[in-house]
Amino acid sequence: MSEFFNEMFEAGAVRPAYARLQDWLATMPQELRSLKQAEAEALFRRIGITFAVYGEGGDPDRLIPFDMFPRVFSGLEWHRLERGIKQRARALNAFLADVYGRGEIIRAGRIPARLVYGNEAYERAVAGFLPPKGVFSHIVGVDLVRTGPDQFYVLEDNCRTPSGVSYMLENREIMMRMFPELFRENRIEPVENYPALLRRTLASVAPRKCEGEPCVVILTPGHFNSAYYEHSFLADLMGVELVEGQDLFVEGEFVWMRTTEGPRRVDVIYRRIDDAFIDPLCFRPDSMLGVAGLMDVYRSGGVSIASAPGAGVADDKAVYTFVPEMVRFYLGEEPILENVPTWQCARPDDLKYVLEQLGELVVKEVHGSGGYGMLVGPKSTAEQIENFRARVLADPHNYIAQPTLALSTVPTFVEEGIAPRHVDLRPYCLVGERIELVPGGLTRVALRDGSLVVNSSQGGGVKDTWVLAQ
Amino acid sequence: MLSRTADNLYWLARSMERAETAARLLEVGGRIALLPSAGQGNRTEWDALLMAAGTSDAFAQKYGEAVQRNIESHLFFDRDNPSSVASCLTQARENGRIVRTALTTQVWDALNTAFQELGQLERTPRSELTLSRLTDWTMRATALVKGAIDATQLRNDGYDFLNIGYHLERADNTARLLDVKYYVLLPRIDFVGSGLDNYQWTTLLRALSVHRAFHWAYGGDVTAAKIADFLILNRQCPRALITCVEGLNHHLDRLARGYGRSTDAQSAARRMLGELAETDVEAIFDEGLHEFLTRFIREVSALGMQVSDCYLSGDVR
Repeated sequence: MSEFFNEMFEAGAVRPAYARLQDWLATMPQELRSLKQAEAEALFRRIGITFAVYGEGGDPDRLIPFDMFPRVFSGLEWHRLERGIKQRARALNAFLADVYGRGEIIRAGRIPARLVYGNEAYERAVAGFLPPKGVFSHIVGVDLVRTGPDQFYVLEDNCRTPSGVSYMLENREIMMRMFPELFRENRIEPVENYPALLRRTLASVAPRKCEGEPCVVILTPGHFNSAYYEHSFLADLMGVELVEGQDLFVEGEFVWMRTTEGPRRVDVIYRRIDDAFIDPLCFRPDSMLGVAGLMDVYRSGGVSIASAPGAGVADDKAVYTFVPEMVRFYLGEEPILENVPTWQCARPDDLKYVLEQLGELVVKEVHGSGGYGMLVGPKSTAEQIENFRARVLADPHNYIAQPTLALSTVPTFVEEGIAPRHVDLRPYCLVGERIELVPGGLTRVALRDGSLVVNSSQGGGVKDTWVLAQ
Repeated sequence: MLSRTADNLYWLARSMERAETAARLLEVGGRIALLPSAGQGNRTEWDALLMAAGTSDAFAQKYGEAVQRNIESHLFFDRDNPSSVASCLTQARENGRIVRTALTTQVWDALNTAFQELGQLERTPRSELTLSRLTDWTMRATALVKGAIDATQLRNDGYDFLNIGYHLERADNTARLLDVKYYVLLPRIDFVGSGLDNYQWTTLLRALSVHRAFHWAYGGDVTAAKIADFLILNRQCPRALITCVEGLNHHLDRLARGYGRSTDAQSAARRMLGELAETDVEAIFDEGLHEFLTRFIREVSALGMQVSDCYLSGDVR
């Protein structure tokens, strides 16, 4: 098996963090395993956690497969990741405040102006506006992969509305319900205070004009959205209203929600819809999801929006390359977490290399997400590669390429028993008055043998992620 | 609470109650069909049912002949019929999904389970599904949801909107079920008070699950007057019109107290209760049972509009 790092083993021995799990696995009868798996599935379905994939049709109430074998980090490993993630979240927010302000990093020549001001995700509408506490991205999802015991890479940053945190919470809930003994034997850091932390974070960025306890709401595109379960789940655990665009309106200097007792003022909106849709007067006039006039209230300090409109410019795949530079520029520190080496197809030299090595590389669209619009060279047919070559040539600016990483694996329950499968990790860093990171995250696992694509829309599953107390 | 949330809770309850009514109608029909026919063939009973359900035109267009199998399809499975059990349960579950945060886990669980089981029933060959299995299942599923609501929901404004939905729909439905009697059951005046007539009245009581209750409350012979009194004016009967209107008043009053302001809906509900409390069976029969019920159904529908204007529309000031 070997060219891949299996997180459970090192030099032929079980790594200490996994020691207890080894015994657990050894003593678990086969029948119990299938029984528990069925139980987990029934639990998920009953709670109603389902995931609809756009454009795939079929069962709208599809479940994301849940794998019962947890992924474990030692306290020490986590400590380093935590510092790296928080550092990155600080740098990304500093960058956003800068590029919508004086643009020092561009004046200093550390990042090309075109990449920022010419970026689709750059919102001219908020240039010159600094949101409360200077925070643009309140929830930063940093996607990480691992290739060795001490080798982590940041695959991409998600500064807008990273999803999946409900799985982090539910996976834990279900594991605790099904295997309480594991939680007695291992000292596992809890993640359940995430909703409370999120609420506190959002309340801490209440707008200037807010008086008293801020009224926080979650804005969802509606119950047809694939992440609707997550929106309602979070609203429930945070104890805040889950609103749609039609529930809000602007009057005077404020945003109000329509309640059975008349209008109620809203101070902080955690929106789970894209910039383009939040205000038809400011962005897309055909949007039915947003609130007309919202941006005016926002710019005059009547309401806070998380993530702030325009935050997307920091998580663009082309801007990604410069994040280590941001860390040095704004924080005067060396980046703790490394980027994956990345070639920009917009640069002629890089493009030439990428086209030569297409069969060896992973090529992605700059604005793509969800595992769509990407090519995994070594896993593709000659025909797919040629098709992709034509697409890259047609619009090189739209593509970046990275080496195919030897992603680490974690043992996973499969038909035949247990086998290593590739994983990634998305922790959720909260940025408000303070920066917080719950010890855990969402581990996604590529369930197909040999597959490197962990996206749930492409046959990926999820695992509970443990951080052991030090 | 958000007007949209209140609206979804209100419609969730209405849909659940309506699903139960569809099942009750089916049950009434099934029993009446076992009787020797009063008129020409056994068609009239089923026609009357469709009229009570308010869907006879839609039915005629889609199915033509009113035979049991078609009626079962129409009242239970048909997604084109917004009042079928399948439509109502799907709608209620959708309402519930939208306002997941306003429901307890137990309520959602009951609702979601009903929806999953409905899917299984739809995949079962029709030959294996008897009418009583369909109706029993529906009543059990709706009772589980109602029970979960009563046992676990917080007694806040959301609870009031759920109950307003239930009571409003139930008032409307009891009135409609009673009205069936007047379409089918009195083809000729000389049947009134005859054995056949009583048997049919009893069937109605059974369909409302108040057959034994009626005997406890009144004893003796079943007469039209006693039944009308029981289903319209007796506060002991859980489905009586007056009980439903009282429930509406109770929950509208609670809302008004909680919100610190009274509404037109509250006044309208009070007027309806006042009238029912004053009247008696003779007065209703003088007006004509059918006329009385038609008027009542109209008033209930008007009250529904007022509840919507006063709380649910989102334009509340």
